[in-house]
Amino acid sequence: MSRIKEFNLPDLGEGLTEGEILAWLVKVGDTIELNQPIVEVETAKAAVEIPAKWAGQVQAIFHPEGTTVEVGTPIIAIDTDPGAGPIETSTTTDLPTPSAASLAAVEVAPAEGAVEPGLIGGPAPGGRTAVLVGYGPRTTAAKRRPRKGATPAQASAAPAAPAPVQASPAPVQAAPAPAPAAPVAAAPTVNGNGRAAGPVLAKPPVRKLAKDLGVDLGALTGSGPLGSITREDVQRAAAAPAVAEPLAVTVPATAAASFGADREQRIPVKGVRKLTAENMSRSAFTAPHVTEFLTVDVTRAMKALDRLRDRREWRDVRVSPLLLVAKAVLLAVKRHPMVNSTWAGDEIVVKEYVNLGIAAATERGLIVPNIKDAGRLTLRELADAMTGLVQTAKSGKTSPADMSGGTLTITNVGVFGVDTGTPILPPGESAILAFGAVREMPWVHKGKVKPRLVTTLGLSFDHRIIDGELGSKFLRDIGDFLADPEAALLAWT
Amino acid sequence: MAKGDPGASTRGRRATPRSRKAATADPELVQLLTPAGERIDSVTGPDGTEYRVDFTDEEYRGLYRDLVLVRKLDAEATALQRQGELGIWASLLGQEAAQVGSGRALRTQDMAFPTYREHGVLYCRGIDPIMPLGLFRGVDQGGWDPNEFKFNMYTIVIGAQTLHATGYAMGVAMDGKTGTDDGEAVIAYFGDGATSQGDVNEAFVWAGVFNSPLVFFCQNNQYAISEPLERQTRIPLYRRAAGFGFPGIRVDGNDVLATYAVTRHALDNARHGQGPSLIEAYTYRMGAHTTSDDPTRYRIASEVEAWQAKDPIARMKAFLEREKIADASFFTEIDEQARREAVDLRERVLAMPNPEPGTMFDHVYPNGSPLLDEQRAQFSKYLESFEGSAH
Repeated sequence: MSRIKEFNLPDLGEGLTEGEILAWLVKVGDTIELNQPIVEVETAKAAVEIPAKWAGQVQAIFHPEGTTVEVGTPIIAIDTDPGAGPIETSTTTDLPTPSAASLAAVEVAPAEGAVEPGLIGGPAPGGRTAVLVGYGPRTTAAKRRPRKGATPAQASAAPAAPAPVQASPAPVQAAPAPAPAAPVAAAPTVNGNGRAAGPVLAKPPVRKLAKDLGVDLGALTGSGPLGSITREDVQRAAAAPAVAEPLAVTVPATAAASFGADREQRIPVKGVRKLTAENMSRSAFTAPHVTEFLTVDVTRAMKALDRLRDRREWRDVRVSPLLLVAKAVLLAVKRHPMVNSTWAGDEIVVKEYVNLGIAAATERGLIVPNIKDAGRLTLRELADAMTGLVQTAKSGKTSPADMSGGTLTITNVGVFGVDTGTPILPPGESAILAFGAVREMPWVHKGKVKPRLVTTLGLSFDHRIIDGELGSKFLRDIGDFLADPEAALLAWT
Repeated sequence: MAKGDPGASTRGRRATPRSRKAATADPELVQLLTPAGERIDSVTGPDGTEYRVDFTDEEYRGLYRDLVLVRKLDAEATALQRQGELGIWASLLGQEAAQVGSGRALRTQDMAFPTYREHGVLYCRGIDPIMPLGLFRGVDQGGWDPNEFKFNMYTIVIGAQTLHATGYAMGVAMDGKTGTDDGEAVIAYFGDGATSQGDVNEAFVWAGVFNSPLVFFCQNNQYAISEPLERQTRIPLYRRAAGFGFPGIRVDGNDVLATYAVTRHALDNARHGQGPSLIEAYTYRMGAHTTSDDPTRYRIASEVEAWQAKDPIARMKAFLEREKIADASFFTEIDEQARREAVDLRERVLAMPNPEPGTMFDHVYPNGSPLLDEQRAQFSKYLESFEGSAH
């Protein structure tokens, strides 16, 4: 058995599929004992410490803290016999000799500092991402047992020759450790799903269906649990044309309309989308939301903005209606501090500071960075902060710190040309304001119907904390400010 | 192992250092060894029964060895689960004294019905500790012979084993195996959560009215997974027995000596034909309900710390040291033995073979069935349809 052993993330609690690396308790090069805690992992069920399965020396750590790792994925490599000297290629004579290209890849592994030693993720030749030896995106068909009686073409699909060069991507090694060529072939290969390739997973009835339809299970990518192949996968493969051709953009008029998977797109839920979904579901089903609306004549406010823009010291500043809304919210919070609070189970945390979130649509999806302590900023500082925040968000450089700690949020749905909505609270916040489009509308002004600039405000609040009266007063104050900012400023400040 | 029969010869027995009677702080709790490791000579229960133990030094050391080994093997199993070698594990951490005390109180002829957490009782019954690991690894059904060891299979269904035990105990009585000093007794293990189950209450009814030779041994570890005791009962659990017409008593479940004394007395009553009784061993689950559970989500750290101070092993060690029954070399030796047995257990678990798929047909019926044979044949034919198939 190879002396370098990789430890795969186990299913820590009956049917879990992934876990998040909370903290590594060891680092590359550490000597560890059997059952010594090496890593804290949080699953959907519990945060637990995992004890080392083998004594030895930590050779590589594959996932940094904060990453979510699928069950069955290697997370750490341990040299179980570090006293035996450098790892020689000759110790693995039964394994394919590493190709020149893969050795070259080892040499040009990212310089120290490019990535944290021992962590994957650094760039590698060929535009690939560096991963540990033998573990990386699959570029060849998974090895599998061919079914007796399978068609020759399918049966020979599994490569008999040693895996091509790409199968052994560059490792990122701790500086003093020699390149462990040994596990190149011993380590599990990984299929397209990022799962270790073992036997093809499929339920017996699915296997029978595949056999009946002449579909090669090994050539399929499973969409079921644990990457298993489902009945639908097999049927789709059977329905697909024998020779893979680019999908025709236009469907012949004679073709029967299909409402199946071939006309559906499946998008993996991850990243911002996953986070957004989790936050929205959590908030929607824990905080009882109430939404109130108020339509306001903002003609005066828009004129005030114009005057502001005309001032010389504001010449280079981006002045938008959203700025006034932000100011209105901040002033209204001062009058109703309770709306700037958090429900914490058995107590309500009312905050004296306002970290004002601005929901921003970016290419990565919805993010909500916030302006820290916005209540203390002058209008000019607020304008600069909002401009910076939006630019950072659009360029995709918003840091996690920018997005955490928000206390109250504005979502500017007006930029999409709609009037209002019922926003969902960011978790931990008690109020969120939707700012709709500013339109010219017929409006009763001084007893006559006149064209005026009108907008609709939608305020959602956490009804556990904020009663209808407080929510209404808060919204009313925002509306009063937007109806006549100068008067409100004079009256309130 | 430890016998400590009340009334047996006192030759070689250690005189209890401090002769105190029933001076426990909690009058509802039978305790012979305080958390600080001080011995209490004897305690008189509410019905006038005097509880005491008279052990030799060797027997005291033996109990300590049991406690340490049982804890170490349990910890190793927990580690094996974290390393992906077991599917799940229900740790007994904190409940060692309740299990060793009651397990050692059993006589050879007595029958025990466990839950899935009685690894300590299993150990006391002389069953190889590897046995339950096959069950939790998913390679076998945990198949020890219940008749050989007088220890039934682990029961996962909460409280179901109390009914099995009641039926078994009724059978023992019908066979005329009670009424003498060598009579048989039955013990049924369950937890505080199980007391809310219908099964357990039915068992109380049946065992009561049939005067069955049965000891209901409830390890009250304070939590039914995440549900605290106050959601299970408005009165101390042991007092429930009164409503069913048999005696109930609460013992310090972290005190191996008191648990032994109380259990031995209840078993002897049962074997003499005096009917069932309920023991509430008051203890605490120091770990998670199972490895799938995160107790920090429903318990506060200070509570765990308070129970840490009542640790069953620490108090026994303090007692052995104070009375000079054991020295440092003994403790070192026990720790080394525990380490060796844990390593051995680990190696044997890792070496467990995966069962052939066909073996799933083996133990459905004792003598097989034509339908099963047909299924087995179809299944093996299916497996053979894969080239080079070992399975």
